[in-house]
Amino acid sequence: MTNEPILRIRELTKNYKSGSRDLTVLNQVSLDVARGSTCAIVGPSGSGKTTLLGLAAGLDVPSSGSVTLNGIVLDQLSEDEKAQVRSAHVGFIFQSFNLLPTLTALENVMIPLELKGEKKARRKAKELLEKVELADRAGHYPAQLSGGEQQRVSVARAFANEPSILFADEPTGNLDGETGATIEELIFRLNTDAGTTLILVTHDLDLAKRAGRVIRMKNGKLFSDSLVDSVS
Amino acid sequence: MEKKKAGFGWLVKMAWRDSRRNASRLLLFMSSIVLGISALVAINSFGDNLSDEIDGEAKALLGADLEISSRTPISDAVRQRFDSLGFEMAEELNFASMVYFPKNGGTRLINVRAVEGNFPFYGEIITEPANRATDFTDGQKALVDQTLLLQFDASPGDSVKVGEVTFLIEGSVLEVPGQSAISTTVAPPVFIPLGWMEETGLNQLGSRISYKIYAKYPEEFDNAIYEDYLSPWLETTELGFDDVAERKEQIGDAYSDLTGFLNLTAFVALILGCIGVAGSVHIYLKEKTTAVAVLRCLGASGQQAMAIFFIQVLAMAIIGSVLGAALGAAIQYFLPALFGDFLVVDVAIGLSWNSIFEGILTGVVAAVLFALLSLIRLRKISPLRAIRSSIESSAKDKAPLLPAAGILVFIILFSRLQLDEWSSALSFSLGILVAFALLAGLAKLAIYAAKRFFPSRSPFVWRQGLANLYRPNNQTLILVVTIGLGTALITTLFISQELLVDKVKLTSAPESRPNMVLFDIQSNQVDEVKELTHQSGLPVINEVPIVTMRLAGIKGRNMDELRADTTAGVRDWVLGREYRVSYRDSLSESETLLRGQWQEKVGGPNDSIFVSLEKRLSADMKVDLGDELIFNVQGARLTTYVGSIREVDWQRMQTNFLVMFPEGVLENAPKFHVLLTRFESPEQSASFQQKLVREFPNISVIDLQLVLETIDTVLSKVSFAIRFMAFFSIFTGLLVLTGSVLISKYQRMQESVLLRTLGARRNQILFINALEYFLLGSLAALSGIAIALIAGSLLAWLSFGTSLTPNVFVLLGVYLGITVLTVLIGLSNSRSILSKPPLEVLRKAV
Repeated sequence: MTNEPILRIRELTKNYKSGSRDLTVLNQVSLDVARGSTCAIVGPSGSGKTTLLGLAAGLDVPSSGSVTLNGIVLDQLSEDEKAQVRSAHVGFIFQSFNLLPTLTALENVMIPLELKGEKKARRKAKELLEKVELADRAGHYPAQLSGGEQQRVSVARAFANEPSILFADEPTGNLDGETGATIEELIFRLNTDAGTTLILVTHDLDLAKRAGRVIRMKNGKLFSDSLVDSVS
Repeated sequence: MEKKKAGFGWLVKMAWRDSRRNASRLLLFMSSIVLGISALVAINSFGDNLSDEIDGEAKALLGADLEISSRTPISDAVRQRFDSLGFEMAEELNFASMVYFPKNGGTRLINVRAVEGNFPFYGEIITEPANRATDFTDGQKALVDQTLLLQFDASPGDSVKVGEVTFLIEGSVLEVPGQSAISTTVAPPVFIPLGWMEETGLNQLGSRISYKIYAKYPEEFDNAIYEDYLSPWLETTELGFDDVAERKEQIGDAYSDLTGFLNLTAFVALILGCIGVAGSVHIYLKEKTTAVAVLRCLGASGQQAMAIFFIQVLAMAIIGSVLGAALGAAIQYFLPALFGDFLVVDVAIGLSWNSIFEGILTGVVAAVLFALLSLIRLRKISPLRAIRSSIESSAKDKAPLLPAAGILVFIILFSRLQLDEWSSALSFSLGILVAFALLAGLAKLAIYAAKRFFPSRSPFVWRQGLANLYRPNNQTLILVVTIGLGTALITTLFISQELLVDKVKLTSAPESRPNMVLFDIQSNQVDEVKELTHQSGLPVINEVPIVTMRLAGIKGRNMDELRADTTAGVRDWVLGREYRVSYRDSLSESETLLRGQWQEKVGGPNDSIFVSLEKRLSADMKVDLGDELIFNVQGARLTTYVGSIREVDWQRMQTNFLVMFPEGVLENAPKFHVLLTRFESPEQSASFQQKLVREFPNISVIDLQLVLETIDTVLSKVSFAIRFMAFFSIFTGLLVLTGSVLISKYQRMQESVLLRTLGARRNQILFINALEYFLLGSLAALSGIAIALIAGSLLAWLSFGTSLTPNVFVLLGVYLGITVLTVLIGLSNSRSILSKPPLEVLRKAV
């Protein structure tokens, strides 16, 4: 374990072409995220939250600037090399769960383990399903699970490869308050147990308050970066 | 960078896991290629078995080691030479003549085979009762074709009159070595002993007799003697000759053309199926976009994501091809029944592993190439789509051009393999591409028109149904191409068949046109035959003399020189043929003078003779007005000049000639006459033929009614065989339709369920779906018919020299059939949406 930040973002910019004009959705954003910390990114729709998450996880290519994830500079990597970085160091939780509909709950959790070549993938995936209290639904397909159950499977999948950093995009956005709260608890509990760095994008200020640090975004720029106590 | 850990095993595992919930859909995609492969394997296996059979029975096909044939009596020099080599010989005179069945007065033009010796030396003439082929040469006995006996209700023990001689029917002929059932339908054989030929009185001047000697080599004959000594010597004579190897090659070539053609039909079915695969896979993979993006988020590379679905497609292609090969191997057992009439050997069906392997390989390669068009795009799906569904790949992916080029090369190579000629292969490939392009163009036009002229004020259900033609993920293009091509194929077959039948009917239909031809009339019989015709109440519409001759020189060069000179450009067919020539002082109704002057009569023996040539003949001879032509008129050389070039309407039922002489030249040459008449009823025809055969047994009669019936028999057999092949295309089209409709069911399910949720009644959804499939079916059927009409017009113009007058009822039938089928299949797939609660449907669809 070093003191070096797990995520280092420098002057990150993303432009899109919209018809004949350029649209800047992310403008010169720089930030560091400390290893083991929890960080929430909040802001109105179109503020650049999801773009920042996508670039930080190497899902997209910036127009300029650089991203260093766990000491690896993503800028120069090919798509396949970035995929290997994700396989080794990154976990994801999506707003719309994004379970593969043709795979059972257990098989969905096994994917990251199998991609890493983990030999005991099935056993580990079962353990994770037990942790999210879905061991008895292991053989069920996503369509046979409720929204909350699907997101629990998604959480189990996100922690499966023991990631150094976990990106969560509106993890409770598609769930009712009660179910959302359960998922929230689960994410933070597993995160604490595993010592993972958590970066979550959310509209939900209550959820954001549970993170140690809250970054506010507006018009593609960092609007504020503060500890939880100062969030109003 | 750390090495990738998930290997091939994981990819296979993922492919398997993902396929479980999609198995039926994947199988449906691949079922499209099953029929194409089964047709390929069936035809190829059959071809292999046929080829083996021809190899195995090569000697029996000829019946001898060597066959010599000539239009004139074969000189004794040949017999002496064969004798000196120790050959065993058998002889045959083969010609067309009338037979008469005294039992019931039936008459018919048949093929007389007067034989002597132990022919066939190999194989046997199969008779009923058995083994009569060797007995009948002992006496005044004949063997008669079985179908001929059936036609005239005669049987062994009855008698048949050939020329002047009445023979006892010793047995019926079931099979003759080297002769197919179709050839015996056209000209049924009657075998008589050669010793009785003289008595029949049929060997007269002008009779078109083929003389044959069959030879059997002695034991341990060195074939080098044939190659180095006999064959070169025979080349110097005007005799035709075939040994076993040559006959085998001729028959093999003929059947490889047949199997090549059938294979291409099967290949079209396969391509249709592959287009279905491409369409289905495209839609299937579109649904997998998010799954691929998620996999990439979780650390899978673009290649790994593509590989998962590639493995699925490959597995389905293998399963589809293996199933197709198995089905094809089973189907080939029915092919001898289908094509048996065209074959000269009985084909014993066995598994041809070569064909099965080739079929599977072709199916897998074709299906994978077509699927790759969509598969290859998976590499470029951005992982960002997992969090933003609206993201599209910004860079234009040119990779699909690779499989597209692969498909083109594959089609050309496969066609080349089947057709043995680059030009034919390229034409075929171009034809397919043009047909595809036309259909795709029509589909796109329809999509554009539906959008551009959208009836926005029409009722809701009409708008929904019509809008389905152009909305995202519409199936207009794929269905119009696949069903349209199937329709085009079957309609072209119908049109071709009609063209053939019409061509024959045209010659006989109008009143006052002749429908009976009498030929082989000797000069001294002409007046009596005319009188008999009049007495029977029949008109003499035309009577022409015919003199047979051969070309001896063109523009001062003899035949050998012309044959040797490949740069002369003179076509082979004009050099060796026997010309049947007539003479008269004026043009007939069916002739038009194009150039030069028609010479009516030659004044004296020293005057130049100006002949008139038919247009195509003059072009193929490479001669023009004033050029010299020398004819050999049964031994006498006759120098002539091209005096005029004519156009001849061959469609007319009258005697037409390639070469016409003026009067005053051929009057004293050995000749025979042809007389054209017209009967009004079958009874009148039968009664006249009976009288004619009794009084002039040497005269042959062609009854056009019989010709029509015979052609009808042959055509119905041919068309059945062709329809059988077209069935594969049509059925494949229907399978593709079912597949596409089923895929669209998944596509439209959300929408239909939403409509149901919003309160749409069953009938409204039914109407929307029915309208969409009706429009698609109509468009596909009409496009296919349009292409068939273009193809049919070209066929009519290029091959039949006529214009196309399609049968509107047939076209209407095809249109209705295809459209109704499309609607029915479409609706049958919508049932689950209509009969179950919306949520249940959605849950099952995942």
